[in-house]
Amino acid sequence: MTQNTAPTLALEVLDLRKSYADVVAVNGLELRVTAGQCFGLLGPNGAGKTTTIEICEGLNTADGGTVRVLGRTWDRDATWLRNRLGIQLQETQLAEKLTVLETLTLFRSFYDQGRTVDDVIELVQLGEKRTSRVNGLSGGQKQRLALACALVGDPELLFLDEPTTGLDPQSRRQLWTVVEGLKREGRTILLTTHYMDEAERLCDNIAIVDHGKVIALGTPRELIASLGADHVIRLGTAEGVTVPVTLAELLALPDVNGGREMPNGFELRVRSVQAVLPSLLGIAAQRGIAWSELSTHSATLEDVFVSLTGRELREG
Amino acid sequence: MRFSSLQQLTLARFREFIREPEAIFWTFVFPLLLAGGLAIAFRDKAPEQAIIAVVTPSAGDSAALRTAGALTSAASVDKAPIRARQIPTDSVDDVLRTGTAALVVVAMPAGGVEYRFDPARPEARAARQQTDDILQRARGRSDVIEVRDVTVRERGSRYIDFFVPGLLGMNIMGSSIWSLAFAIVTQRNKKLLKRLAATPMSRLEYLLSFVLSRLVFLGLEVGVLLGFGAFILDVPIRGSLVTLLLVAFVGAAAFGAIGLLVSSRSRTVEGVSGLTNFVMLPMWIFSGVFFSSNNFPAAIQPVVQALPLTALVNGLREIMLQGAGLGAVWPQLAVLTAYLVVCLTIALRIFRWQ
Repeated sequence: MTQNTAPTLALEVLDLRKSYADVVAVNGLELRVTAGQCFGLLGPNGAGKTTTIEICEGLNTADGGTVRVLGRTWDRDATWLRNRLGIQLQETQLAEKLTVLETLTLFRSFYDQGRTVDDVIELVQLGEKRTSRVNGLSGGQKQRLALACALVGDPELLFLDEPTTGLDPQSRRQLWTVVEGLKREGRTILLTTHYMDEAERLCDNIAIVDHGKVIALGTPRELIASLGADHVIRLGTAEGVTVPVTLAELLALPDVNGGREMPNGFELRVRSVQAVLPSLLGIAAQRGIAWSELSTHSATLEDVFVSLTGRELREG
Repeated sequence: MRFSSLQQLTLARFREFIREPEAIFWTFVFPLLLAGGLAIAFRDKAPEQAIIAVVTPSAGDSAALRTAGALTSAASVDKAPIRARQIPTDSVDDVLRTGTAALVVVAMPAGGVEYRFDPARPEARAARQQTDDILQRARGRSDVIEVRDVTVRERGSRYIDFFVPGLLGMNIMGSSIWSLAFAIVTQRNKKLLKRLAATPMSRLEYLLSFVLSRLVFLGLEVGVLLGFGAFILDVPIRGSLVTLLLVAFVGAAAFGAIGLLVSSRSRTVEGVSGLTNFVMLPMWIFSGVFFSSNNFPAAIQPVVQALPLTALVNGLREIMLQGAGLGAVWPQLAVLTAYLVVCLTIALRIFRWQ
């Protein structure tokens, strides 16, 4: 550990660039992850999250830029780094015929030092499944086993690439509990996800990534506050019906901070639902508009993404 | 607690293999079925009886009746050299066409006989010889010199003796290359290789674990086939069993390394299957599994002799059939070791982990 007062950087990425044959995957991306925090890369599929994380993991090479992991670089200290990183890849299928215990004992044998296999099994709540074969595990259990494989080396820095993609809600929450346990142990975690609720719940800091670049950075609270609005009102019309009102007219209403036109309706970011709703209903009554949907929700990271890009996370 | 990752990797290979019932079948049962089939084809048989047909003589023809009678009585004794049956005149062509008898005997009215047969069939020529001897002796011919037959069956010079070491070598090649290629490409396809590459695992140890796990099964594989050959087919093992196992082990390690090289780049099982066949096919043809590799022209002999399967099969054959010792098979061991080292080195260098 360094002696100076500045927080230690577990990961530093500067001006990272990577192109494949016909597409620019990462385009000048920058990241600074301080030791002990859980840092989230949030973005749609194809935003360059996985390419970035794989370069940080030493599994892919960059075309340009600097990557410093735990203060070291991959070209000089690969073995040193591999012993200190825990990695979960997006789509690894572990050997089907091995049991949980056998798989973890195998992975443990690769590391100079680490935690005991039993310890890790306990940590990811797979105690009941320790002698089950991998092909007999559910999706969530497989994902927790993959996480356990990343933990046996007692890593200083943990990379989790979309750890809950494809899991049912219950399995996702179970995995979140495990990650929260790791956070309490003070581990540094870099996590990619395209679920805003996941990022909001787990991450201390979030970088929103789009087209290979960081387009917003901050704590979940800061990012949502940057919208300048606490709530979102959704106005829906029936399919193919045009309503006699324009986005500009709606944006001109008092207390409306922003908004956008959607395929069937509008979405408005507002400071207070109570303040805006009467004038909205007034316009509707005046012009005989029958909204087929009128809903409100507290602003989320999803809304931040929408306001930054004009697209939804899930649209990719 | 200190774990050995080479040991763990080998153990994992071993477990994955024994938990795959199909793999067990192809490795152990299949070669046995093959050897069993051959055992039936090459079993010890009594000398062939010639099967002949005699045209039924008409009731009044005494000479013809005598001829037919002589053949029938000769066929009725124990261990008779011929088996005879009577057929009507009009079915002669039929019998010859279908080959249900090798020779048809037609008695002529004057006491002579006519033999009808296809000289292109070896058993037909033998049947003619046997039948003629019987008939001539029945009419009083006596042999001018006394002859005595002493038959010899040299163990170790039969075709099955030649073939079993070849089958052993071919099996070692096939199971080594296939099991590795299939396992590695599957792991690459499932991104497990990539995951392993993200750990501090030694990549050399990973590759070595495949070669080592092959050796574990090799003992069983060779034991089963060798036992079958020795006890059921009576194939000799004249050299030392230790030398034999050593050559088999070095052979398996060499083919294991070739298997690693074959599977070092492919991403799909289909892709590696083609490559595997491409590598093995020349050896099936040229390496002398089914017939001696010396049959090929001298011009290509240097290539034929440099093939790893040629080295393995020749080494096994020399030990089993000629009782060769370590001093005699070292050239074969050297060839196999060279393949092991070269292929492993190249595989480690060009291996695709993602």
